[in-house]
Amino acid sequence: MSDVVISVRELTKKFGNFTAVERISFDVYQGEIFGFIGANGAGKTTAMRMLCGLSYPTSGRGTVAGFDVMSEGEKIKRHIGYMSQRFSLYNDLTVWENINLFAGIYGLSKNETDKRGTELLSKLKFSSERNTLVGSLPLGWKQKLAFSIATVHRPEIVFLDEPTGGVDPLTRRQFWEMIYEAAADGTTIFVTTHYMDEAEYCSRVAIMVDGRVDALDSPAKLKQEFRADSMDEVFRTLARDAKRGD
Amino acid sequence: MSVIEVENLSKNFGDVKALDSISFSVNRGELFGLIGPDGAGKTTLFRLLTTLLNPDEGRASVDGFDIVKEYRSIRSRVGYMPGRFSLYPDLTVEENLSFFAALFGVTIKESYDLFAPIYKKIEPFSTRRAAHLSGGMKQKLALSCALIHRPSVLFLDEPTTGIDAVSRVELWDMLAGLKEQGITILVSTPYMDEASRCDRIALCNEGRILGIDNPREILKRFDSKLYAVGADNMYALIRAARQIDGVIECYPFGEKHHIVATDEFNVETFKEQLKDLKGLSIEPVQPVIEDVFIKLMKR
Repeated sequence: MSDVVISVRELTKKFGNFTAVERISFDVYQGEIFGFIGANGAGKTTAMRMLCGLSYPTSGRGTVAGFDVMSEGEKIKRHIGYMSQRFSLYNDLTVWENINLFAGIYGLSKNETDKRGTELLSKLKFSSERNTLVGSLPLGWKQKLAFSIATVHRPEIVFLDEPTGGVDPLTRRQFWEMIYEAAADGTTIFVTTHYMDEAEYCSRVAIMVDGRVDALDSPAKLKQEFRADSMDEVFRTLARDAKRGD
Repeated sequence: MSVIEVENLSKNFGDVKALDSISFSVNRGELFGLIGPDGAGKTTLFRLLTTLLNPDEGRASVDGFDIVKEYRSIRSRVGYMPGRFSLYPDLTVEENLSFFAALFGVTIKESYDLFAPIYKKIEPFSTRRAAHLSGGMKQKLALSCALIHRPSVLFLDEPTTGIDAVSRVELWDMLAGLKEQGITILVSTPYMDEASRCDRIALCNEGRILGIDNPREILKRFDSKLYAVGADNMYALIRAARQIDGVIECYPFGEKHHIVATDEFNVETFKEQLKDLKGLSIEPVQPVIEDVFIKLMKR
């Protein structure tokens, strides 16, 4: 098997008496597109915050990009990429200012920033938009740019939190093609969504219900196991018994 | 008979053509879906039809009343559930309902039978503040409030955005129930797979309508050959497939990629040319709404 990029065992997060995430265990391999799905309130966001180094688990153990989730949150943050639909880029900064800002946050030197930023723009065929305000770009362009910026420091793993909501089907597919390309180059993709058709794009999918991972396999095997035609059906079968709402 | 009639309606915001001369009509009792991504103009259209905005050009009527000249008559006849939660978070469930009843000068009793199937699910929480309801419960309350004055037309702007798959199905079931009661419903969604729950749909993109029909008929507008292809390395496959004769397009589609092909495309030749790809598979498939949408977008 290829290298393990995320490995967690019995990871748990409690808020007072409430167990938001309950003893989840799984491995994610290099170059994999790993889908993470669940109903509102299932604990996806809490789980992802622990994996991104934003919150320490109450108990359990694990590593992300080689760093300990129990104690090395700061190091994890520097070695991952993160993009979400709600927050990705600053609308009132230009394309280049955004690149510069995030490259700085990820710890790239000025020379590296100039070099990789220029490469990034030419690969996206965005070089002419260098000084355009991000707010005036079409949504699909913003998402492509946001993904490129989230990987500007060549992280081993990128977390995508509901990345493609609201764009037209063609743009969405161009976005997924970018994700496939990054995965083919060896970047691991961890993607959350509660839209099941997106789950079909993943190599493997973990489904969270009430704080636990109730199923984990490739979409084809999950559909077979639950005798379902689509991931939507698989999900609804599992989520029907959920006790929690959001 | 048409309850909603829209003729060459346009609305600009500065240089942005939010709606670019669109026309369509919705029949009484119909469940009509506006399907398209952000920026298609769906919300602008709702705001025009509910008389919150005036158009730049064109005309429209709702339940026989003109949206500009007779806006007051329209306001008392339509129910509107905007995309964002629009109730009062610090009023309780019951207080929200009474408030909207008072606004429209009706009593809860008068229309209780209409929204009871929906409201009953949140009635046990009638003294809870709206702010403390779950997403699905908030939506049921919003829908109940939108029905309090027995509207003849119901406008729902992206009611399924941001809610999970189970609540989505529940919402569509509620709409089907309201349709049974004779209410005309105009609903928007960015999710193409919800099209099948509508009587008719309009596919919208960038202020224009790409096509209007019932969900089954609109699939017939896809007039090319379509195949689902797969291989162990899906990224290598997409790049290689685009070089093959007869392939018009190849795009990711869930577990597989879809290939749109000309009549000359030959499956055996395709297999032969890509025989170096491990795990190669190809089979003809029926188009779904997304394939049609992509095709119409490219025209």
